[in-house]
Amino acid sequence: MKVIALHVNGQVVSAASEDRTHLADHLREHCGLTATHLGCEHGVCGACTLEIDGAPARSCITFAATCEGAKIRTLEGFEHDPLMACLRDAFTAEHALQCGYCTPGMLITARDIVIRLPQADEARIRLELAGNLCRCTGYRGIVRAIASVLAERRTASPAAKACHAA
Amino acid sequence: MKAARFEFVRAQDATDAVRRLQAAGDDAKICGGSQSLGAMLNLRLVQVAQLVGVGHLESLKTAAMAGDVLRIGAAVTHARIEDGDLPDATAGLLPAVAANIAYRAVRNRGTLGGSLAHADPAADWVSVMCLLDATLVLLGPDGERRMAASNFFLGPFTTALAPDEIVLAVELRRFSPQARWAYRKVCRKPGEFADAIGAAWWDPVHGQARALIGALSSMPYVVEGAEALAALQHPATQTAAIDRMLDDAGLDDAYEREVHAEMLRQALADLNTRRGAVP
Repeated sequence: MKVIALHVNGQVVSAASEDRTHLADHLREHCGLTATHLGCEHGVCGACTLEIDGAPARSCITFAATCEGAKIRTLEGFEHDPLMACLRDAFTAEHALQCGYCTPGMLITARDIVIRLPQADEARIRLELAGNLCRCTGYRGIVRAIASVLAERRTASPAAKACHAA
Repeated sequence: MKAARFEFVRAQDATDAVRRLQAAGDDAKICGGSQSLGAMLNLRLVQVAQLVGVGHLESLKTAAMAGDVLRIGAAVTHARIEDGDLPDATAGLLPAVAANIAYRAVRNRGTLGGSLAHADPAADWVSVMCLLDATLVLLGPDGERRMAASNFFLGPFTTALAPDEIVLAVELRRFSPQARWAYRKVCRKPGEFADAIGAAWWDPVHGQARALIGALSSMPYVVEGAEALAALQHPATQTAAIDRMLDDAGLDDAYEREVHAEMLRQALADLNTRRGAVP
């Protein structure tokens, strides 16, 4: 075991882990941050998706010890993020979750789609979601929720944009 | 699924990484973005005493033209290539291929050098570098050496890298304005490893004419030469030429033959109609 100091959600969080501990386990077991979920643990299902240095990443195939110096942002870190608030509302309105297991990863990916691909249509949203599995098969609601936030950002005037800030 | 115990050390520079590999004997592995190795470790298909981290090294993250040659550092991520964050020496081939590797969350961490050193036969960069016969720049205890991709890949998950050697960079010659390329793959689901890859490249100014089928049980099967490419493209000879490739690549299963033949047919058709094409 050695102490690993990470920048997590704007704070330095020090906790002891083995080098073999992946980032998701480190955050869940040693930092008390349980919004990050684990499904497959080999990079396929996307449940553990969070942000490393501002970009979505798989925390199950990224080891905590390799992240020293990097800025980690878990779903907890988006509590006051205006765009994530819009996505949460849209997920509720469109019934984009049932059991909720995939939702943390879905939200991180959804936010990346909205910022990186402002012109994404339904086909592109579905393609981008290929890396996040939902086994309640709620994709229709998830796609609609993301599409609605994209549409809102495209039409709202900059001053009135509730979902403007990223 | 948790990795077996290992020690992680962060290399100070490329030379330090080589030194650490030497010190560890045969029981260490280089770790770039850990997007392939991390899964292998979690599944315990790989167990090593030490991981040597190089993904953070600035010297491995640069990509630049040197004269007519694009040199891409081993730790350049797929996402940076997708986003066009390096000089376009390949008429759009590299960004188009990068955009369809795994998922964005994986592309943000996974590296070019890591993918090549991992040498999964179904990996896109393995096929691309075989198609272009790219030069790999390796660093070992005795310094750098250069090796053609065709000599680097020895078999599935097997390369010519010595236990104390690392991939430093990949070098590609800039395409001429007349160059054409095509790259097709089929995956059961977007982002998964390909079931079959077909690709072709023609650069008359540099005398390059090559085609390949990839995502085989072993390394991609390449044919080269203007005559061979012409035989693959001409309607009268295409079927026989593709059959010969499938035979020589050792494919006997009817479905495997058809899916690889179809990807190659599509790539060859793209080569005729467009400068660069990817589905």
